[in-house]
Amino acid sequence: MRRLIVGAMALACVQLVHAQPTTAEGIARYREMLADGNPADLFEAKGEGLWKQKRGPKVASLEQCDLGKGRGVVKGAFVELPRWFADTQRVQDLESRLLTCMETLQGLDPTVIAATPFGRGEQANMEALAAYVSAASRGQKMSLPQGHTKEREMFELGKRVFFFRGGPYDFSCASCHGEAGKRIRLQDLPELTKNPGDGIGFAAWPAYRVSSGEMWSMQRRLNDCYRQQRFPFPGFASDATIALGVYMGVNAKGAESIAPAIKR
Amino acid sequence: MADPMRVRAQVKGTGAEVRVLMAHEMETGQRRDAAGKLIPAWHITEVTAQHNGKPVLTAHWGPAVSKNPFMFFALKSAKAGDKVVVSWKDNRGDSRTDEAVVA
Repeated sequence: MRRLIVGAMALACVQLVHAQPTTAEGIARYREMLADGNPADLFEAKGEGLWKQKRGPKVASLEQCDLGKGRGVVKGAFVELPRWFADTQRVQDLESRLLTCMETLQGLDPTVIAATPFGRGEQANMEALAAYVSAASRGQKMSLPQGHTKEREMFELGKRVFFFRGGPYDFSCASCHGEAGKRIRLQDLPELTKNPGDGIGFAAWPAYRVSSGEMWSMQRRLNDCYRQQRFPFPGFASDATIALGVYMGVNAKGAESIAPAIKR
Repeated sequence: MADPMRVRAQVKGTGAEVRVLMAHEMETGQRRDAAGKLIPAWHITEVTAQHNGKPVLTAHWGPAVSKNPFMFFALKSAKAGDKVVVSWKDNRGDSRTDEAVVA
C-alpha cells in the first residue's frame, strides 16, 4: 500500500514537472514583465502636458473640455464612453469627443485632424491625450450609459456593424470575435459579444504596441481590424466606429479597465 | 527638447531598485523610409546614474536597444530619501536628466 502511495506521489510530481505553461500563460507572463516598464506611461505624461497646455488658434488648454462628467472632469470619464452629448447632439467616443473639444476650445480643424495619418501631427497628440484620459480611469469598471434613446440606437447599429459581412474575404468582426477560443497565430481573440473579462478587449485599449513602438487608441485598433478584414478604412471618429465602441463597451459592462495597456 | 524620463526608486532590503523608462526613438540607421532613403541613426549613446551625487552606473548604448527603452538596476545600499539621478546622451548631442527620490 505504502509503495503504491509513494508511486502515486512520484507520478504526481512527474506530472507537475511536465505541466508546461500554455501559450496563453506564457504570453500573460511576458505581458506582466513588460507592464513593469509600460511605455504607455510616457504617452500618459505627454498627454497630461497637452491637456494643460494652451494650444491652437484660440490659445486654450483642454481643461474646460467636458468628457461627459462635467467640464474638466477626467477621472472616471473613460469608462462611460461612448455616450450621448447634448451640445453636439451626438453619441461620441473618447477620440471624437476630444476632436470636438480641440475644435471648440482650441480652434483646431477637426477635418484636418481626422484626415491626418495615425501617429503623425495632431493624431500623435490625440493618442497621447487618449492615454492620459484612459489612465485616469484605470482600475474602474466599464459602465456605459444606455439611458438615452440615441445610445440604445447606437448599440443596435454597432451590433449590425459587428455582424456585417463583406469585403473580398467575406469577413465580419464576428468572424474572429463572435465566439470563444479563436486566435490569430498565437494571439487569443476576445469574444466581444459578451463581457470578455477584466482588462480584455474593449477594456484594454488604448494600448502601447511593443512590436511597433506605438500608442494605439481604439480608433486605430478598429482601423487595423478593418485592414485585416480587407474592408475599406472607416472614417476617423465616424459613427460606424463609435457604434462599434458602444456595442463592445456595453457588452463589456463591469469589466475592469486596464488602459492604457501593453500589447505584444 | 527631449521628452521626460520616468524614474522610480524603491527600497528593497538594504538597498533600492531603480526603474527607468526613457522616451527615445532609438533609430538604428538600418531602416529605410517610404522613398527608399536610409533613416539616419538616432539613438542614446551613454547612460549614467548617480546615487547621492556619486556615479554608480555608466553604460554605452547602441542601435540594438529598443525604442522607449526600459532600464532596471539595483543599488546595494540605499535608504529612503536618497536621490537618484539618471542622464542620457544621444548621437545628436541631445541629452536629458531626470531624478527620483528613493521611497
